[in-house]
Amino acid sequence: MILGIDVGGTHTDAVLVQNFQLIKKAKVLTNQANIMASLLEAAEKLISGNNINNIERIVLSTTISTNAIVQNKTNRVAMVLLSGPGLSPATLDLGRDTYFAQGYVNHRGIPVKKVNSREIEAISNEISENSIRQIGIVGKFSSRNPQQELDTAELLQSVSRNISLGHTLSGQLNFPRRIATTYLNAAIHDIYQSFVSDVQKFVAKISPNIPVYILKADGGTILIDKSLDCPVQTIHSGPAAGIMGVLATACIKEDAVALDIGGTTTDISVFADGVPLLEPSGVAINGRKTLIRGLYTKSIGVGGDSVVKTEKGNILIGPQREGPAAALGGPFPTPTDAMIVDGIINFGDKQKAQDAIAGIAKKLHLGVQDAARAIVEKMAAMIADHVRQILAEINNKPVYTIHELLEGKIIQPKILYVAGGPAAVAPFIARNLDYPYSIPEHSEVSNALGVAIARTTAEITILADTEKRELIISEEGHVQSIPHNFSLADAIEIGKKTLREKAVCMGARPEDIIMEVTESQEFNMIRDFYTTGKNIRVKVQIKPGLISSGVER
Amino acid sequence: MPKKEKKTGLIFFPAFDWAISANHPEREERLLYTQDQVFEEGLLDFPNILEYKPGLATYADINRCHICVPNPQNLTTSSHLISAGGAITAAQKVMTGEVDNAFALVRPPGHHAMLVAHGARGFCNINIEAVMIEYIRHKFGVKRIAVVDTDCHHGDGTQDIYWNDPDVLCISMHQDGRTLYPGTGFIDDFGGPNALGATINIPLPPRTSDEGFLYALDHVILPILDEFKPDIIINSAGQDNHYSDPITNMNFSAQGYALLNEKLAPHIAVLEGGYSIEKALPYVNVGIILAMAGLDYSEVREPDYDAQRIRQSPEVTRLIEDEVKNVMTLWKKKKNLKKQITGSAAYIRREKNIYYDTDDITEKQIETVRVCDDCGGLVMIESSADTGKKIFAVILPNSCCPECRKNGEIFFDRINGSQYNHIYFQDRQRDVFIVK
Repeated sequence: MILGIDVGGTHTDAVLVQNFQLIKKAKVLTNQANIMASLLEAAEKLISGNNINNIERIVLSTTISTNAIVQNKTNRVAMVLLSGPGLSPATLDLGRDTYFAQGYVNHRGIPVKKVNSREIEAISNEISENSIRQIGIVGKFSSRNPQQELDTAELLQSVSRNISLGHTLSGQLNFPRRIATTYLNAAIHDIYQSFVSDVQKFVAKISPNIPVYILKADGGTILIDKSLDCPVQTIHSGPAAGIMGVLATACIKEDAVALDIGGTTTDISVFADGVPLLEPSGVAINGRKTLIRGLYTKSIGVGGDSVVKTEKGNILIGPQREGPAAALGGPFPTPTDAMIVDGIINFGDKQKAQDAIAGIAKKLHLGVQDAARAIVEKMAAMIADHVRQILAEINNKPVYTIHELLEGKIIQPKILYVAGGPAAVAPFIARNLDYPYSIPEHSEVSNALGVAIARTTAEITILADTEKRELIISEEGHVQSIPHNFSLADAIEIGKKTLREKAVCMGARPEDIIMEVTESQEFNMIRDFYTTGKNIRVKVQIKPGLISSGVER
Repeated sequence: MPKKEKKTGLIFFPAFDWAISANHPEREERLLYTQDQVFEEGLLDFPNILEYKPGLATYADINRCHICVPNPQNLTTSSHLISAGGAITAAQKVMTGEVDNAFALVRPPGHHAMLVAHGARGFCNINIEAVMIEYIRHKFGVKRIAVVDTDCHHGDGTQDIYWNDPDVLCISMHQDGRTLYPGTGFIDDFGGPNALGATINIPLPPRTSDEGFLYALDHVILPILDEFKPDIIINSAGQDNHYSDPITNMNFSAQGYALLNEKLAPHIAVLEGGYSIEKALPYVNVGIILAMAGLDYSEVREPDYDAQRIRQSPEVTRLIEDEVKNVMTLWKKKKNLKKQITGSAAYIRREKNIYYDTDDITEKQIETVRVCDDCGGLVMIESSADTGKKIFAVILPNSCCPECRKNGEIFFDRINGSQYNHIYFQDRQRDVFIVK
C-alpha cells in the first residue's frame, strides 16, 4: 500500500493506493503557515493502527521549495564563478555576493586557465567576514569538466559551510542557467533541510521504517534523504503532481493535451505517445531560468473565477481574479457564473449568477442565456487558441539534424483531458479544437494519486572524447580514462550502468528502471585532415511515468 | 558602453548528419563547438535573440538565380535545400519585421556557386545568398540590395550571378587571389558593362589583421554603401579570415569580426566558410550574434588570443592603404568607364573557363550581354562542360527593359536546339523559368 500526499495551495489531498486501486482518500485545507500540520491532518485521516504496517512507501509533493523562492525566504549565498572569457558577466543578473575567480575550461573540457588558490583563499576570507554559510560554485563549461569546481570546493570547504556545485545539478550546457540553478539550490538549503527533518519526525511517529519519497519537478520521485543535496530539484513539485495525476487517472498512450482549469489559471500540459513532455532547457521560477529538468506546463490567466468584462462589444476574460464567482458572493461576473446560468453546472446562488451575467448581457445587447453561452464559448476559444499556439511552438522547436528536420516527431493530439472545478467547459474546448475530450475519474484527488504512483526518474549526460582519452559524466562528477577505440555503444553501456546505479540509490525499484537513450551522437574529430579521435555525446534517462504493476495497464 | 539592443533572429542549423565526405572540412563536426559555445553562453535565453527552425527552399527558389544543369533536383540534396531555406527564413523574419536582423548560421555554404552550375565548387552547390536575394526581390519587391562578402575567399559565385545587375552591389573583401583559391577577385573585376561599380573587389594581402579589415571597411565598404543606398545589407559571413584557420593565411580575430558586424550592421548575415572549427568558430559566432543583437561582446576572446602575435606588419598596412586608394579611384570614375569599355558595340562578349574543384568538372562559357542604358541587359550564356553537357541560357534581368525583353524572347524562340542538351529561359523580372 502506498500513501500519496499532494500539498496544494488550497487543499492537501491524500490517497491510499493498493494494486493501483484507490482505496481511501482525504481532503483537508492547506495551512500555508504550517504545512506539516496539513500533512499530518491528511495522513491521519487515512492511517490507522490496522493499515499502518501495510504501507510500503509514502510519497509527497511539496510546495516548500517553490514557496521559499517566491516568498524570498532564502539563505544568503556567496556565488563563486569561474567565468572565463565570453559573454560579459555584466549582462547577467547576479546578486551582491558574487565573486569572480580565475579558472576556465573550454567546450571540450580542456583547462585553459588554472584556478588560483591564493585568490580563492582571499575570497574565502571575505565570505567568512560576511558570515555567509551557503556557497555556490559554478564554472563555465563545468559540465564538460568538473575538476575546477571540485578544486575550488576543496579550497572553500569547512564544517560551517554548505557548498552547491554547478556540475552536479545538470549535465546541460548553459552557464547563466547553471548559475541560477546553483544559487537557488544553495538559497533554499536550510528551509528544505528543516522541512525534511520535520517529515522524518512525522514518519518516525507513525512507523520509522517506511521509506519517504519526494516528487521532483520532472514528475519523478527521489528518497527524501537523497534530496538533501539537490533541494532545487523539488521546485514545481506541485504542478508536476498535477500532470502525473492525469497520467494516473487517464490511461494515456497517444499524443494528448491535458488541462487543469482552476479558479485563476488554466495549466496546459502535453503528452507525446503518453509521456509528459519536459521543458527543453529547464524550468523557470520567479523569473529565473534554470537547468532543472521539469515537466512542461504553461499557465494562462483564464480560470473559472476570472473577471468577465466587455470592451467595445467584445467579451474579455481574465487575467485577474477578484474573488470567487458572483454565485458565491464574489464581486464580478465570472465564467463560473456563465456556466451556472447556462445550466452546465449547478451550485451557489443561481439568482446572483444571473444578475451578474445580466450586466454583461446588456452591454452585448444579448439575452442573459445567450450572453452566458457566449462567455462559455469565449473561454473555450481562448483556451483552445493557447493550446494551438503551444503545439505550434513545440512542433516548431529547432532541430539540428536533417533527419529530425524532415522526419522528426510532430505532436498531433488525439484527445483532451480536462480536470478541475470548471471542467464543464471541456466539451466547448474540445469542439473548438476538434478532438474528443475526457474528464478522468477521481479527478478531485488525481494529483495525490499521481504522486503516489510516480516512478523514480533520473538523467545522466556522458561526454567521451577519444582524442583526450577521457569520459565525463557531469551529474556524477565522474571522470575516467578510455581507450582510443572507445565507441558510441561503449558510452551508452556505461551510461546505462551508471544510470541504473543512480536510480537504485535514489530509491527506484529495479522493475521501474525503464531506460531510454535520448541523445546519442558521434563526431569524427579531424585536425589537419587526419582523424584524431571521436567526440561522443550520450544522454540516458528514465522518463517520467508510473511505477510498474507487473501487468500491462 | 551601453548599446542599443536589437531583436536578432538566429537560424541555427548545423546539419549534424551531413558531410561532403568523412574527412572533408565541410563535415558534421563543423558547427559542433559553435553550438556548445552558443548554448553555454545562454545566448538563446536572451529575450532579444530568437531562434527559428529553417524552412526548405524549393526548386523554384533555386531556378530564380541559377541555371542548374541539368536541373536543381540533380544538383542538390536536402542539406542544400535546408541551408538555402535557412537563409530564406532569416530574410522572411527580417522582411516581415518580426526581428531587426537575422543570422543564418547554416551549412553547407554557397558563395562559390555561379549562375550556371554543373556541379559543386568550393564546397558549394547552390548559392544560398542568391537564392535568398531573389526570394526577397520576388516576395517583397525590394529593389536595391548589397552583399558584403567577408569570407576569406573571393565570393566569385555571387559576383558571377550579379555581374550584370546594377541593383545588387557585390563587395568582396578577401585574401589576394594570387595566394588563395579561387584565384580571382582583383580590383578591375568591376561588374558587367551595364553594372559597372556594382561589383567591388578588395583583395587583401596575407596576414592582414583586425586593423586592415576595419580600415578597408571604413574607407571602402561603408563609403560605397553610403553612396549606393541599399534597402537591404547582407553579410556573406565567412569566418576563415581568422588567424587560426587551417586553409587561409589571415589574422582576423573574434573581436574584429564582432566590431565589423557592429559597424556594417547587416540586416541579414549568412554563414559561408570558416574551418577553424574549435579555435575560431565558437568565438567568432558568439561575437557576431552579440554584435548583431547590440549586446556587449567586449569579453568574447579566443583562449589563445594574443594581439601582439597577430598584428599586421607596416608593409601589409601600406599595401592595404594603396589598395583602398585604387578601389576608390576606380569607384569615383565608374560613370565614365562604360563608354571606354563598350565603344559602339551592341553586345559584349566574355569567355570564361570555370573549374569545379569539389566535383572535378571543367566548364567553358561564352557570356553575351546586350549593352543597355535602361536595365542590366539581356544576358545569354553558352556553356559546355567536360561532363558532355552543353546548354544555352537566355536571362532577362530583374528590371528588364522592353527592348532587352523583346530581343531575349526572340533569341529563345529561334535558337537552334540541336546542338544543346537544354535551352533555358530565366525571366527574373516576371519569375518565369522555362527549359526546352
